[in-house]
Amino acid sequence: MTEPPPWRRPPRGHFPGVPAWGAPVDRLPDEDFGVAALGPVTPDWAWGGADGAGARVCVLDSGVDAGHPLVGPVDRMLEVAAGPDGEITVAESASGDTAGHGTACASVIRAVAPKASLSSVRVLTDGKYGAGAALLAGLRWAIEEGFDVINMSLSTTKDKFIPELRELADMAYFRRCILVAAAHNMPVRSFPWPFASVISVASHNGADPMSFYYNPTPPVDFYARGVRVPVAWAGGRQIHTTGNSFAAPHIAAISALVLSKHPMLTPFQLKTVLYLTAGNVARASDTAPRSAENAGGTHDSQ
Amino acid sequence: MTASDHRQPGPAAPGGRQLSRGRLIQAIVEIARTVFGAAAASVFLVDLATGDLVFEAVSGEGEGDLIGRRFPAGTGIAGWVAAYGQPLLVDDTTDSPQFARGAAASTGYVPRSIMAAPLIAAGECLGVVEVLDRGSRLRGELGDVDLLGLLATELGTALELLYAQSPGAGTALGEDTPASSSDALLLQRVAGRLSGAAEPVASTARSLLAMVDDLLARDGVPVGQARG
Repeated sequence: MTEPPPWRRPPRGHFPGVPAWGAPVDRLPDEDFGVAALGPVTPDWAWGGADGAGARVCVLDSGVDAGHPLVGPVDRMLEVAAGPDGEITVAESASGDTAGHGTACASVIRAVAPKASLSSVRVLTDGKYGAGAALLAGLRWAIEEGFDVINMSLSTTKDKFIPELRELADMAYFRRCILVAAAHNMPVRSFPWPFASVISVASHNGADPMSFYYNPTPPVDFYARGVRVPVAWAGGRQIHTTGNSFAAPHIAAISALVLSKHPMLTPFQLKTVLYLTAGNVARASDTAPRSAENAGGTHDSQ
Repeated sequence: MTASDHRQPGPAAPGGRQLSRGRLIQAIVEIARTVFGAAAASVFLVDLATGDLVFEAVSGEGEGDLIGRRFPAGTGIAGWVAAYGQPLLVDDTTDSPQFARGAAASTGYVPRSIMAAPLIAAGECLGVVEVLDRGSRLRGELGDVDLLGLLATELGTALELLYAQSPGAGTALGEDTPASSSDALLLQRVAGRLSGAAEPVASTARSLLAMVDDLLARDGVPVGQARG
């Protein structure tokens, strides 16, 4: 078994331990780790020629209809279930998707990143236990499993889950597991999408699946296609859907493309790449040098 | 008892609160149907005991017989919306014969589009407001989802206020009120108000009561016998 990379090693047995977190400068180069240098970041540098191969994406949702032609092969199908003593566990799942929502998200990812590995954790339960508890259990499993990207087109409105959810979001961030979360469509408090450690997504009404925009007003990070999105639905159907739920998998899939081409990117680098390739940022970057050259002239935003 | 019984005022709960809730929810479905020019609008409430979604109010298609109809938790679009508290808009549902058959079998009506938003009060999802086949599309899909979200937020906030004024009322679902006694209370209150009502409100109310009587008669319910 190969040694896990530094960011996925188990925590030290004795915390805080001795020494704590410092390191002598002369020992720093000992640790070899992959480095992704950021070139001049353009869409072509970021995902040109990439098909998602090698990136592992997990859809945390209502399950996935693996037999749907728009979804294609699903590597792992799991579900949050009750264990023998009533505890919540994550187990292999034979059921598909009763609601259709997870299948739709999976089809968006498949369309944008066709060679990415797709897995599903069904966290929409039949009401035997709370949706929030199932969401936490599924999320913890997916983070520990080491997926590169987890799509969460769902959130919880219950405040009691905030501490654990925030801890999980931070854990994902440190383990280089990208959490892409759909922003709520309504003015209500819900989580985890407002956390700084996740990538939060709302909808724009354009029709291009690869077009996305940076939002300078927190907490939403990016806008992606989320209106009349053609998606797969349960039962082999194909429909059009609208909602931030379908914007998030676009960013999840674009993240998978970027990571398949640049696997050593850290979460903070990936967010920077998405920022620099966002339509409105790239456009502003293009015009900035020109306006600087036109000293004293008016700003041309064409 | 049927779910629709929960809509009736019961001895354990002040009738005014129950009636306010019923009126509030009915007003929202009427508004939703009107502003969207929709074929139907409805509100489901979550039965906390079972997790089922129960039709609480309907305007338009199906308003005659859907009240009290139940759907298991996690079923379909409303189920997902209730479980994860996110609004959703699905178009072109009739592209799929399978969907059409399923919808027709369950509600008797096959919508082309479904839009649903959660009713959230104090962080809990109490139910779902759903709009079938919007007619007016002036706002576009994004605007429609936002508008339905606003209506759902208003109803959720109003329900939260109602429940806050009646501590211990919970969502009022699951209250075991005998239908006959709650019906009697409602009729008693209607009779009291009608006697003091001015025209033309009184005239309209009498017409509605006559329609209710006619409806029950057509359904074969004899006078003086409560239906099981």
